[in-house]
Amino acid sequence: MDYLTILQILDSTIRLATPLLLACLAGLFSERAGIFDIGLEGKMLMAAFLSAAVAYVSGSAWLGLLAGIAASMALSILHGLASITFRGNQLISGVAINFLAAGLTVLIAQDWFRQGGRTPSLAGNARFEPITLPFAETLQSVPVLGPLYHDLISGHTALVYLAFACVPATWWVLYRTRFGLRLRAVGENPAAVDTAGVSVVGLRYAAVVICGILCGIAGAYLATALQAGFVKDMTAGRGYIALAALIFAKWRPWYALSATLLFGLLQAVALRYQNIDLGGVIIPVQVMDALPYILTVVILAGFVGKAIPPRAGGEPYVKER
Amino acid sequence: MDKMPKWADVILIPLISLLLAAIISALVILAIGEDPIAAVKLMVNGALGSTYGWGYTLYYATNFMFTGLAVAVAFHASLFNIGGEGQAMLGGLGVALICLFVPWPHWSLALLGATAAAAVFGAAWAAIPAYLQARRGSHIVITTIMFNFIAAAVLNYVLVNVLRPTGQMDPATGKFPTATHLPTLHDILSPLGIAFSKAAPANVSLIVAVLACVAVWLLIWRTRFGYELRAYGFSESGARYAGISPFRITMLAMMISGGLAGMMAINNVMGEAERLVMNAVEGAGFIGIAVALMGRNHPFGVFLAAILFGFLYQGGAELALWTSIPRELITVIQALVILFTGALDNMVRMPLEKLFLALRRKEG
Amino acid sequence: MSTATHHKGQPDTAAPAIELRGISKAFGPVQANKDISIRVMPGTIHGIIGENGAGKSTLMSILYGFYKADAGEIFILGQKTAIPDSQAAIAAGIGMVFQHFKLVENFTVLENVILGAEDGRLLRPSLAKARKSLRNLATEYGLDVDPDAVIQDIGVGMQQRVEILKALYRQADILILDEPTGVLTPAEADQLFRILDRLRAEGKTIILITHKLREIMEITDTVSVMRRGEMTATVKTADTSPEALAELMVGRKVLLQVEKQPARPGATMLEVENLHVTDEKGVERLKGISLEIKAGEILGIAGVAGNGQSELLEVLGGMIPGTGTIRVNGQDLDLTGKHSDGRSRRARGIAHVPEDRQREGLIMPYTAWENSVFGYHNDPAYQKNMLLMNNAGILKDADDMMNRFDVRPPNPRLSAKNFSGGNQQKIVVAREIERNPDLLLVGQPTRGVDIGAIEFIHKQIIALRDQGKAILLVSVELDEILSLSDRIAVMFDGQIMGERLPGQTNPQELGLLMAGVAGKAA
Repeated sequence: MDYLTILQILDSTIRLATPLLLACLAGLFSERAGIFDIGLEGKMLMAAFLSAAVAYVSGSAWLGLLAGIAASMALSILHGLASITFRGNQLISGVAINFLAAGLTVLIAQDWFRQGGRTPSLAGNARFEPITLPFAETLQSVPVLGPLYHDLISGHTALVYLAFACVPATWWVLYRTRFGLRLRAVGENPAAVDTAGVSVVGLRYAAVVICGILCGIAGAYLATALQAGFVKDMTAGRGYIALAALIFAKWRPWYALSATLLFGLLQAVALRYQNIDLGGVIIPVQVMDALPYILTVVILAGFVGKAIPPRAGGEPYVKER
Repeated sequence: MDKMPKWADVILIPLISLLLAAIISALVILAIGEDPIAAVKLMVNGALGSTYGWGYTLYYATNFMFTGLAVAVAFHASLFNIGGEGQAMLGGLGVALICLFVPWPHWSLALLGATAAAAVFGAAWAAIPAYLQARRGSHIVITTIMFNFIAAAVLNYVLVNVLRPTGQMDPATGKFPTATHLPTLHDILSPLGIAFSKAAPANVSLIVAVLACVAVWLLIWRTRFGYELRAYGFSESGARYAGISPFRITMLAMMISGGLAGMMAINNVMGEAERLVMNAVEGAGFIGIAVALMGRNHPFGVFLAAILFGFLYQGGAELALWTSIPRELITVIQALVILFTGALDNMVRMPLEKLFLALRRKEG
Repeated sequence: MSTATHHKGQPDTAAPAIELRGISKAFGPVQANKDISIRVMPGTIHGIIGENGAGKSTLMSILYGFYKADAGEIFILGQKTAIPDSQAAIAAGIGMVFQHFKLVENFTVLENVILGAEDGRLLRPSLAKARKSLRNLATEYGLDVDPDAVIQDIGVGMQQRVEILKALYRQADILILDEPTGVLTPAEADQLFRILDRLRAEGKTIILITHKLREIMEITDTVSVMRRGEMTATVKTADTSPEALAELMVGRKVLLQVEKQPARPGATMLEVENLHVTDEKGVERLKGISLEIKAGEILGIAGVAGNGQSELLEVLGGMIPGTGTIRVNGQDLDLTGKHSDGRSRRARGIAHVPEDRQREGLIMPYTAWENSVFGYHNDPAYQKNMLLMNNAGILKDADDMMNRFDVRPPNPRLSAKNFSGGNQQKIVVAREIERNPDLLLVGQPTRGVDIGAIEFIHKQIIALRDQGKAILLVSVELDEILSLSDRIAVMFDGQIMGERLPGQTNPQELGLLMAGVAGKAA
């Protein structure tokens, strides 16, 4: 395998890891606040559709992004309503949201565009264009580092850079701000937050809304940057892979980056090579497909370090009697 | 005292939830510029207006009875089995293997063998998450989700690389031998002088599904195991006190659940397609969640809810055929049912409880 | 008014630090607080005493804004104050140390202290300020805590200090403590009382909720008694006696002595030798327990909650594994293997009335008839055939049993959750006694049970003893231990500190043993 091929695979890794990373960080905010969210998939899908639709109609990818965020946030608030206000089962709510998105996107797409549940292809400003970083062209001829900078680091859309910037930002918010302290506390012991005079409901809604925003960006990225338009079920299980990455990352931002990059790499390799020949042993492509899930099961089972979820996760907060 | 009478909990709340789901679905239909009343008429006609329609409705309902029972059994042990999809896929693999590689003399024996194989494969696929939960403490919801994807990969591999006949393009097995073909409702009813559509896929599996409903009812409410299962579901510490092994309950509950989900394959794989294709389950595993929630985890409720969803599926297909409303409308309705009967249960329940409390105060 | 006019602390000049007027609160159909009024003067320690479920914690949670009262008013230093949430309570200078601490387990002490009381959007300055402030509080009140320790790594005594520091950091002048000594060792409790003394000297007002008379007598200036959601009296501590308070608590003169004949012990029924239990966290809970009970004898286990009594019951009842030897009727029990579960124990003639009937002894949504065989549901008598249970037969038996044990209402089709605490306990006791066991394990038989049911249950236990059965009784109520037991063993820190005969000991001596102070040789 030559250097350029490796760069290409890594480049593809970054593109494929971006939606996973955004969704994973989205889940991180929600679950750190004690709200389990298996509806990441649905929120991304809804955002993907609406961003593509609005981008197509308005011709602006940025307006599409805003629409995508709004769509995802609407589902987030529904999840909040079910799991915070009405203290329902968070897992069931997540399942419902995934179905709602899977159905509504096709239904509306068909009603608006009549192309069998997809949006028309996006072109021009309706898509996020790659950004060439300064000096990328001039430095390209520098051996080793030049191509690295030009092919791998430069040439992504704004949303990719935004996603990667979200990692330190999330870390900073979580561990260096008052909001982060309270957010982590409410996922561990909401009664401690409540008796300290801080609103549990308010904090959890805030977390759920942030989750909606990040899922919205992830969905918009899928439809308006990675691909050119919305197609039915285009998230293709990415929400669940993000969930897996979140567990893999033990609910920590920097680990989330590594986990999503790893899963992105698996996707990139599976995309490029069908069956991999490792010195006679052939690894079928299905193994690559299933690997994120298998790894997550292994992690969850505690065979490779125990993943301990936020203690109050999944439980609606009821003042004890 | 209970906050409200039992009938309100068992009948009124699901009905109100269903009504809410129906109202919102109607609004959705209105929003995409169609007439909800005409749509309902079309659905009723298409799904219940002919034996052909009934044949499809009951075919889908058979699938949903199995997957709904699967979710319900696990729910009674306070386990959320979201892996019905994967377990049904594996059940399909079991059915395919036993139909393709065992020379069956008669369909009845083949049905017995296939039912057993489907149940064993589904149970085995559910046993791994169950073991990981009982012994290693991994969250069963997450593991069963992961196992759905792993099942898809396994099936994909087996169909593409192992079971696909040479020269065939699509990832599927060859046709099952004729001896394994199950009698349809037409075959069963015509000797009795009842005319039933020949083209509809409903088959003898429906009877197996109904028997499964009865068996699950007996299991949950009439056997020692059911007694222990529900006790464990209500209180793990209570189970420990009574000498009920959490490990045993978790394993058995999940294996029964997975077995039931797997058994769906006798309907869709053996009864309808008569070969195993990639996307045979078509989301029925997930619909089981809606069916179980709607049916309040009671086999009779599951039976009714399965028929309701069978109607929705067949009606939805008719809608898609005759109007511009895509089949995905059903997915939306299904989502709304899960939302209202499951996640937003308290939204309906809290005002009702207040109402009943107020009524009782007035009386008292 | 009957509130105190004499204070050990500051002179009586100001308005009451706290005044509650006509507070009422209902949870569904349960009236937890009924028209309660109370006044507490600044710089005093005011005790609130009452049985479990009397409504003490509810009242204080209302004062702290954790619950909203249905009716009533709150005055702080004479000012009418609305306390809709904890934030308002904190603003009014109220701090509360809950019975179950409200700490974030994986946060440091410092993080827990500033949570909700941060100084700005960024953490760093808040943490620095709190660190300084903790140092001052430590020297001022003797509340030393390592600010960087993580909560889950420190003991309960330390955790309680963190709760007090949280309140003081928020400049609370009024401190509410709910059953603060329940989880403490006697030494830690003494330390806590020294701290409270110092806080009072500094002019803080303290409300101490407890059901232990000793604590009230030791530290409070005034005391209020609660019973069944009502405030029955408020008196100066100096003017009352434990006996008088006890009577006010339960509503009539307490019959401390149960009618019973002297025991006629027979052959040894239970032998325990060098029993050890280590919990999931790796903490050793039982450190080599040895004891024996003869047929026709009640052995009472006294001790402060959390000293291994629960584990002793659980290992005997087959709920947790252990190491060592347990012999019943001369035969060894399996302590770790296949036959170490509750079902096997029952098969060996061991019945178990567990400490927590709602979480263990009963399945709350199950009907009374279903609960009437809970744990014995595998008995052949309850099976119709190989597959099915004989539900009709069980229902009929349950009906008879409920009549015999006077369970009210006598309706076996009602869910367990719809019975009162006393009647729930009767269902459990009936189920276990009707089994005619060789050995009965009983944990806290009368916790949260009304007086009438207490007498009934005590009589049943003694009747079983008189039939020649062995009984192991665990209770945190010393009176219950003293009146029922034929012998008393005192547990402390997973060990038996000594054995006494009820006629030859007194609460003081037992109290010393419970505190881990070995008395004269057993």
